[in-house]
Amino acid sequence: MAAIDILEVSKIYAGGVEAVKSVSIDIADGEFIVLVGPSGCGKSTLLRMVAGLEEISKGTVTIGGRRINDVEPADRDIAMVFQNYALYPHMTVYDNLAYGLKNRGTPKAEIDARVAEAARMLEIEPYLTRKPRALSGGQRQRVAMGRAIVRKPAAFLFDEPLSNLDAKLRVSMRGEIKQLQKRLGTTSLYVTHDQLEAMTLADRLVVLNGGRIEQIGRPLEVYHTPASTFVASFIGSPAMNLVQVTREGTRLHFGGQVLETGRLPPLPAELTLGIRAEDLRLAQPGDPSLRLKVEYIEELGAQRLVHGTVDGKTLTAALSPEIDIADTIALTVAPSRLHFFDTSTGKRITQPLDPAAGRRESATLPEPVLV
Amino acid sequence: MTHAPSLSPTSPAVPTAGGFFRRFRSAPAEPHFAKRVQFNSPLLPYLFLAPQMAIIFVFFYWPSVQAIQSSFYLEDPFGFGSTFVGLANYTDVLKSGEYRGIARFTAVFTAAVTFFSLAIGLLLAVKADGVIRGNGTYKTLLIWVYAIAPPVAGLMGMMFFDQHIGPLVKFAAVFGWDMKVGLNYNDTAIAMIVVSVWKQIPYNFIFFLSGLQGIPVSVREAALMDCRAGFRRFWTVTLPLLAPTAFFLLIINTTYALFDTFGIIDVMVKDKAANNPISLVYKVYMDGFRGNDLGGSSAQSVILMLVVFVLTIFQFRFIERRVHYN
Repeated sequence: MAAIDILEVSKIYAGGVEAVKSVSIDIADGEFIVLVGPSGCGKSTLLRMVAGLEEISKGTVTIGGRRINDVEPADRDIAMVFQNYALYPHMTVYDNLAYGLKNRGTPKAEIDARVAEAARMLEIEPYLTRKPRALSGGQRQRVAMGRAIVRKPAAFLFDEPLSNLDAKLRVSMRGEIKQLQKRLGTTSLYVTHDQLEAMTLADRLVVLNGGRIEQIGRPLEVYHTPASTFVASFIGSPAMNLVQVTREGTRLHFGGQVLETGRLPPLPAELTLGIRAEDLRLAQPGDPSLRLKVEYIEELGAQRLVHGTVDGKTLTAALSPEIDIADTIALTVAPSRLHFFDTSTGKRITQPLDPAAGRRESATLPEPVLV
Repeated sequence: MTHAPSLSPTSPAVPTAGGFFRRFRSAPAEPHFAKRVQFNSPLLPYLFLAPQMAIIFVFFYWPSVQAIQSSFYLEDPFGFGSTFVGLANYTDVLKSGEYRGIARFTAVFTAAVTFFSLAIGLLLAVKADGVIRGNGTYKTLLIWVYAIAPPVAGLMGMMFFDQHIGPLVKFAAVFGWDMKVGLNYNDTAIAMIVVSVWKQIPYNFIFFLSGLQGIPVSVREAALMDCRAGFRRFWTVTLPLLAPTAFFLLIINTTYALFDTFGIIDVMVKDKAANNPISLVYKVYMDGFRGNDLGGSSAQSVILMLVVFVLTIFQFRFIERRVHYN
């Protein structure tokens, strides 16, 4: 177990393409860090640099205080779980688990003990004599996990380990990985493109875009105060509504319609407004309202996603399935739940109006008046 | 620990050649519940098979039967008739010290050619697989040799080992080795092996290279994290995963060394003193077509056929078992 320090690490490929641009992450001992981002954002490259499968072009990586830039992958004291499991097809499950230990000269008795322990933990004891091809996808995934566990490494590296599993198995394996990591307390670096996986697994999230870090933070922190429009649209499902609006005093103009917020921090006249779908509520009858022209509805069971337009600008609202939806509905939103972004840079302009209140509404703020 | 008896689709107890080639070529998850085709007429499938069967019959079974038949007869050199002599041709051949000497040489020659052409081909493939820049050129240069016809290879080999201009003879002379290819039995044997190996390397190289590239990158990367020593990694992960390719090449190379080196041997020993080493196939040719002893020659080829048959069964029975088909 060890802390990992990634300091100003860059990856520059021959030809000058910069896949990772001066990324720094300080990972505490025992922490579960998830690197998340769309494909091509450099998350896997970063992980592979830590693993030693890609050369580090610039910067340093230290594991437990030891600089590992020029250390062989096998000597970095790390174990990796690959997306397609990467089990040795010609070895039995037992040999797959024992291989790394044998090469390190671990005594036979200890190998047996460690393999038995990992097999018990992962419930793969009945399959120890089988070859990987005789296992199902989920079982192979467990073996791949077991291969990492038996080594008792300073850190686990996961490269999209669940993407080859079906949806149901993915959810249960996700839970198991989290529990296992908590129990073993091993520092973990986990790569995924699935924001839900990232949210549920991470102690801290690192959102990457185009080789750069967009935001680092605890999952809820990232969810509630996204640092940029990119993070806002990437984290959370459905994606946060992002609308170009113009400000006039305390009013926000949605094209022809106007949202009276009552109070606004200093903002430019043109800005991008962010609203989470679940923060939009039906306005009470008689209230002034933002009129949403409903285009289509997605039924999710617990929720109903209403897609529509407000004066040509698309919005999605997550509403209770009990409410009847007319062709046009009146929506309202608490001003504490508005997010403001600079239209040109995409960066967040202010902290939320009342960050301490968190998910609760602030009593000091008036309900917005929709004109 | 429990066994996983029926679940692992391992090879059947007695693998067949058909099974081998099917497994060698097909993708891993080729369904064994392949679609059964229904024909309207029961004769139709036989009709489809007929051209292939005709070729096999005309070029394999018929000559084989002819060979077996004539091996029991003493043929008149001028074709005026033949006399049934029973197993006399066989006993003559097997009693002959010359024949046994040639058989010994053939065994050594085949083993050496197979081993070295496989080993060098594998070594080059592993190295080429690691080359990143300019690998296309590198591979093309290595594959080139394969385009040379065996007699031409033999001729070029002869020039390399020429008494007056051969660079390899001069090279040997540096170490005080007076190479006399064509005169000295051992020197000729070595030259023969070198040229035969040289000719076969590109073929093995292509197959090993494609085999290497068929090993999933992530498996190699996993090995990189599990095992520090490169050679050990190669021995425990890469080589076992190359086994299907290696096994296929083992059979092909054995056959090559036994039969297809005829052209090379022919160029190297033709019209030379009788002290030169030759292989069994060349002996069949010499006795049958130069010595006009068709009966004895047929007996030899029947023996050769049996040897290859036994060898192939042995390879499938005992070596293929250890091969892991992915």
